[in-house]
Amino acid sequence: MKKILVGMGTCGLSAGAQETYDRLSALAADHPTACELGITGCIGMCYREPLVEIRDSDKRRIFGAVTPARAEEIFRACILEEGGQIGEPMLQGKAGGFDSGEEFDFIQPQERIVLRNCGLIDPESIEEYEATGGYRALRKALLEMNPVTIIEEVKASGLRGRGGAGFPTGLKWSFAAANQGSEKYVVCNADEGDPGAFMDRSILEGDPHSVLEGMIICGRAIGAGFGYIYCRAEYPLAIKRLEIALAAARAKGYLGKNVMGSGFDFEAKIKQGAGAFVCGEETALFASIEGERGMPRIRPPFPAEKGLWQKPTNNNNVETFANIPWIIERGAAAYAAFGTEKSPGTKVFALAGRVRRGGLAEVPMGTTIRDLVFKIGGGIKEGRAFKAVQMGGPSGGCIPESMADTPVDFESIPKTGAIMGSGGMVVLDDSTCMVEMARFFLDFTQSESCGKCTFCRIGTLRMLEALQRITRGEGSPEDLEKLEQLSVQIKEASLCGLGQTAPNPVQTTLRYYLDEYKAHIEEHRCPAHNCEALVEFHIDPEKCIGCTLCAKNCPVNAISGAAKAKHVIDNKTCVKCSRCISSCNFGAVYKH
Amino acid sequence: MRSNEKNFGYRLWRYNGAPGELIPLLQSAQDHFGYIPRRAIKYISQVTNIPESTVYGVITFYSQFRLQPMGRNVIRLCAGTACHVSGSKLLIDTVQDELGIEVGDTTPDGLFTLFTVACIGCCSLAPVMMVNQDTHGSLTPAAVRKILREIKRRDAAHALTADTDK
Repeated sequence: MKKILVGMGTCGLSAGAQETYDRLSALAADHPTACELGITGCIGMCYREPLVEIRDSDKRRIFGAVTPARAEEIFRACILEEGGQIGEPMLQGKAGGFDSGEEFDFIQPQERIVLRNCGLIDPESIEEYEATGGYRALRKALLEMNPVTIIEEVKASGLRGRGGAGFPTGLKWSFAAANQGSEKYVVCNADEGDPGAFMDRSILEGDPHSVLEGMIICGRAIGAGFGYIYCRAEYPLAIKRLEIALAAARAKGYLGKNVMGSGFDFEAKIKQGAGAFVCGEETALFASIEGERGMPRIRPPFPAEKGLWQKPTNNNNVETFANIPWIIERGAAAYAAFGTEKSPGTKVFALAGRVRRGGLAEVPMGTTIRDLVFKIGGGIKEGRAFKAVQMGGPSGGCIPESMADTPVDFESIPKTGAIMGSGGMVVLDDSTCMVEMARFFLDFTQSESCGKCTFCRIGTLRMLEALQRITRGEGSPEDLEKLEQLSVQIKEASLCGLGQTAPNPVQTTLRYYLDEYKAHIEEHRCPAHNCEALVEFHIDPEKCIGCTLCAKNCPVNAISGAAKAKHVIDNKTCVKCSRCISSCNFGAVYKH
Repeated sequence: MRSNEKNFGYRLWRYNGAPGELIPLLQSAQDHFGYIPRRAIKYISQVTNIPESTVYGVITFYSQFRLQPMGRNVIRLCAGTACHVSGSKLLIDTVQDELGIEVGDTTPDGLFTLFTVACIGCCSLAPVMMVNQDTHGSLTPAAVRKILREIKRRDAAHALTADTDK
């Protein structure tokens, strides 16, 4: 029977997938023998959501931007075969892979290990996960391997932690395994806090069992009987699907006493975060699970020795765990065949910002930034110029266009001053002011600093103030010195990753875009025409239709023009409140 | 059973001294009351033997917890990196202008509360905002005004039918 699937991740739902699903559900109810309607996770092509896929035996066709009306056309043409023009599918191919379609360029350079099931299976069905080979790795780990060989296999694969630091996963597991103790814990860090990164959300929403399977294998390897998944409360759908996955795994005997008859016991529980960026730091995360303020603790003792509840603990992030079943099932050599020598395997990147095709792409390590932005991302929106990518969120940095041929791996990226981070890649165009970008990140880290270390708590505030002065055109050359000096001091004197990396956005922009800082300070000019205090507001006479809305909304009557006539802003009176921009329905008001 | 597990009273009653329950208790209190009232802090403190000051310290540490009642519609405007470079500041200005409130405030009629959040994880649809559980993507100032006015209109219509019912 034909199958019709709707992509129901958070990205799909926010683009209207529920309405599309409801319309298809009504149609499917009218034609109960024609097809089977199902849901799936996010395939990564968030820019064309909502997505609808038609599966006919092993033939797959995916359509993008499917409104309810278009869904009905597709249903009539593909399922009922009534004909009609529905256009070319965005992607088409066989069950084994796609081979053509107008968006084939997005999927073609990818190697999907972590995202192997995302967009393919129903994330709420354990049977579909099993049908694609799910829990076979667990069976192998429990019945054919022992803790030592599991850890050896993970070590041999060269897998490095995908949360940002890139610590070798197998080595980390061996530390926790070496500690004797009756009680140990496996923790999955799903507190994806980096603004601009959303791969963990997509994995949990699209393939929750792969993460769970990885955790159970880890439990077996290090001798832990209990796992916690610490998930952001901002991801309600991920939590819901994890709950479904846990219940199903329990019912099937993958969780609980005597897993698959191996004599190994493992139980897992979801802990909802309560909104604190610093809880992505492992010791702060443990404090949060223990019900306290999420403040980092001093290391040593390291978590492998004394972690959660003072017991040996192994903490990995979502993407790391999702790699594990694949490695155990297919072997370390198959995994290490991808990527570079020191950073084997693949990495999922979240492309966002000013890029044309924003979404999730999994590529072998060592792919260049330029390939990610142009080949997969399709270049910059509105034909503007590519300026930089921001990697690693608030802990990362900006890599300029001139260094876009840098390969993405754990060796090359830190050399630029940025970090790999969890894989968020926000693309910036020439309309982005780099000083304002640095101010934005400092504003974030300043408010998210837990307050334990003085330099992080107060130093980031002083840096933020200096950046605010510069973006207002009130900065002085001393502010630049202060920024450089504080950057070094905060890094030296902070306990955890948040403080140690907080100055990165400032340091990288100072390194690559010093001229922009100087333009703000010396010429009172914002080269990107972004900083409000340093630009003037204008109305594009081509776009203005004379609706008078901007003039009515202007608090200082700086806009003149009669109804149906072009309007003009008097920049001497203007207080730059932006109300004219926000009130214009035609996008006619701009800053220059 | 599931609804019971999330029920604040049930959770308090079931509390068995297991450590690490403070945050889940606070979360269920917030689910129950819409915010964390003074008396909930008292109950939690009495049951868990954690001092009220410590409970308060945990509440104020995490951005999820509220000590004031929230409006009937909670707007969470994403101010993450991708949304920021796609013009989220303009959307914040627009909502503030349309509702006449600042970020963190509730309208006097209790219809809206406005927050900004670090990232909703819908970066490729930036700029994004959440109204209650619904996420809206690829927004423009005009689209934001339309969404807010639609909620106002529905609320007014609802109030009208409620009046005629009386």
